[in-house]
Amino acid sequence: MKEFSRRDFLRLSIAGGAAMVLPSLRNSVYAAGGEKLEKTKLTLGIIPLTDCAPIVIAHEKGYFKKYGLETIISKEASWANIRDKVSLGALDGAHMLAGMPIAATLGVGAIAKPTITAYSMDLNGNAITVSNELYDKMVKADPESMKQSPISAKALKKVIDEEKKVGKEPLTFAMVFPVSTHNYQLRYWMASAGIDPDNDVRMIVIPPPQMVSNLNAKNIAGYCVGEPWNERAVTMGIGKILITSYEIWNNNPEKVFGVTQEWADKNPNTHKALLMAMIEASQWMDKPENRMEVVKIISDKSYVNAPIDVVKMSMTGTFQYQKDEKAKPLEDFNVFNRYAATFPWRSHAEWFISQMIRWGQIEKPLNIKATAESIYRPDLYREAAKALGVSYPTIDSKTEGTNSKIWTLNDATSPIQMGSDLFFDGKTFDPKKIVEYISNFEVKSPKFSLEELAKLNS
Amino acid sequence: MKVMLIDEDRGRAALLKQALLDSGYQISAVIHTNEDLLKKTFEIECDVILIDMESPNRDTLEYLTSLKKEQAKPVVILAENDDRQLIESAVKAGVSAYVVDGFSQKRLKAILEVAIARFREYNAMCKELESTKHKLAERKSIEKAKGILMKHKGFDEETAYQTLRRMAMDKHLKMIDVAEQIINVAELLA
Repeated sequence: MKEFSRRDFLRLSIAGGAAMVLPSLRNSVYAAGGEKLEKTKLTLGIIPLTDCAPIVIAHEKGYFKKYGLETIISKEASWANIRDKVSLGALDGAHMLAGMPIAATLGVGAIAKPTITAYSMDLNGNAITVSNELYDKMVKADPESMKQSPISAKALKKVIDEEKKVGKEPLTFAMVFPVSTHNYQLRYWMASAGIDPDNDVRMIVIPPPQMVSNLNAKNIAGYCVGEPWNERAVTMGIGKILITSYEIWNNNPEKVFGVTQEWADKNPNTHKALLMAMIEASQWMDKPENRMEVVKIISDKSYVNAPIDVVKMSMTGTFQYQKDEKAKPLEDFNVFNRYAATFPWRSHAEWFISQMIRWGQIEKPLNIKATAESIYRPDLYREAAKALGVSYPTIDSKTEGTNSKIWTLNDATSPIQMGSDLFFDGKTFDPKKIVEYISNFEVKSPKFSLEELAKLNS
Repeated sequence: MKVMLIDEDRGRAALLKQALLDSGYQISAVIHTNEDLLKKTFEIECDVILIDMESPNRDTLEYLTSLKKEQAKPVVILAENDDRQLIESAVKAGVSAYVVDGFSQKRLKAILEVAIARFREYNAMCKELESTKHKLAERKSIEKAKGILMKHKGFDEETAYQTLRRMAMDKHLKMIDVAEQIINVAELLA
C-alpha cells in the first residue's frame, strides 16, 4: 500500500484548485497575445524563504500553465548557485536578491554577466534579531533608547564602546550574502548610530536555515535575515527582534525575478508570459483570504520546509518581536502586489548602487542612472501589465523617504495606491542627487573619490 | 600549487583529496563545516578553492573571499569557448571552483577535470549504495510477507512466493507493494 503523504494530498488539492482557475487549457500561442513563445519548458530557481512565493504560487496554482509555460522549480542551496546557474543558463530565471542583477552585471564578487529584472517579487520581509544576552546588555546600556519604537542602534553602539574599552572581541553579526538587502539594511541601521560595520563589529555570512542554531550556540550575537528565521528564534525563546526591514525603510524592495540579458533578448515572448503569470499570481496572493493557502503551499518540504505555524506568523498580517509579548499588527510585513510592489523602479536599483558604492563593493566610478536603466527594466514590465489590463506607473523613478502614509500615484495608467516610504532615520533619497546622498552619510567606505563619481553623474 | 577543499561529505572529500595528491597537487586544507570555514579560511593560503555546490556554505565562502585583498572569484566562464562544456559538467557534477585573477586557465582545467571525475564517481557510488539498500529492504519485506502467509495459510515457501506474485500481477502492483499491504493488515489484526 502506497502511503498517501501530506505532500501528495497537497499536490492533489492544489491541482484541483488550478483546474478551477483554468476554464480550459489555453495553448502557448495565446500566451503573449498571439506571439509565439520561444521556449515553453523552463527551470526556475528559488531559495527556501517565504518570499519565493510568487514563483511557487504561479507554478502550483497554474498561472504559468495558463500562459503556456511548463515550469520546474529548482530549490537551490545558495545565492551563489542561483547567480552562477542563471549566468550559465542552467536556470532560465530565478528568485534573486534585489541587488543581485546589479552585482552580476557589474561583476561585484563574480565574473560580470549582464543580468536584468523586469519584476519585483516583494517589498519588506526581513528583520534584525539579537540574542537575549545582547538584548539585556542593550537595555542596561541605554534603557531610554530601547523603549523607543522602532529601536535604533544607539544602545548597541554603547555596548560596543563599553566592550571595546575592556578589550573584548568585537560582536559578530550575520547576514546572508555580500550583495544582499540584509547586508545593506543591517549596515544602514548600525551606521545611523555611528557604528562602523567594517571595524566595530565582525560581519559574516551564514545560510538562513543555520542562523537560529548559530545564535543558540553563541557563535553570533545577532543577524539580519528573512522569514521564517526571525520568528523561529522568537518562538524558541532564544532571541528578540529589534526592528523589521519595513521599519528601517517602509516598503523597501526585497527580491526580484532575474534573467540574463542574453536570455531576455532571445526569449522576449516567453519572458513576457512569465511576467504576466507572476503579476496575476501576486494579485491572488495579496488577498488576505488567500494568504493561508499560500502559507500551506510554501511551507512544504520541497519549498521552505518549515512548520506552517512559523511561516504563518509573518504572512498573515502580524509580527511577534519577543516570546513574552503578543504579536503586533504589521499588515505590510510581506507585500507582494499592492503599492505597485511588482514594478521594477529604477530608483530602487539606484539606491542599491548607492549602498554598493558606500560600502566599497563597486570599485570604479560609474554612471549610476545609465547602469540602473540597463538592469531594471520597467519598459518590459509595462508590456506585460498592458497585456493584462493592469494599471502601471508611467514614470521610472520616485523619491523615497517623503511619504509617511498611504498616497496616490497619479503618474500611472490609472491612479495607484502607494504605501509609505519613510526611512527610520528620516533621510530622503532623491534619485537626482545620489552623489550628495552618499556624501552625506557619516559612516562610509567608498573605494574611489566622490568627486570623480560626481563628474560621471552630472 | 595549493588547493583548498570544502565539502560537507567527508567520504567524497577524502576521495578527491587523494586524487589531487596523486596528480601532484598540494592540499592546504579540507573543510567540512560552516563553523570551520568561518574559523579557518583566513589563515589558509591557497590558489584554488573547490567547493561542493549542494552546500549552502558557498555564500559564506563568497563573503570571506570578498574581504581578502586578492579576491578569489567563482569560475563561471573560461576564456576559451570549448571550455563552456567543462564548466557545465562541473555544475552537473555539483562542484564549483574559485580562483584569484590571473590564474592559469590550463592549470585550472586540469584540476577541475580531476574534481569532476571524482565527484561523478562518488555520486554514482552513493546512488548504487542507495539502490542496494533499497533492494535489501524490499527483499526483507517480501520475506516477512511470505512468513505471514506461511504461518496463517499453512503454505510452504514456494506456494507463499507464488501467491504473492500472482496477487501482484492481478492487481497490477509491484511485489513489494503487495508484501507491504500484507504486513500492514497482519499488524492491524495482531
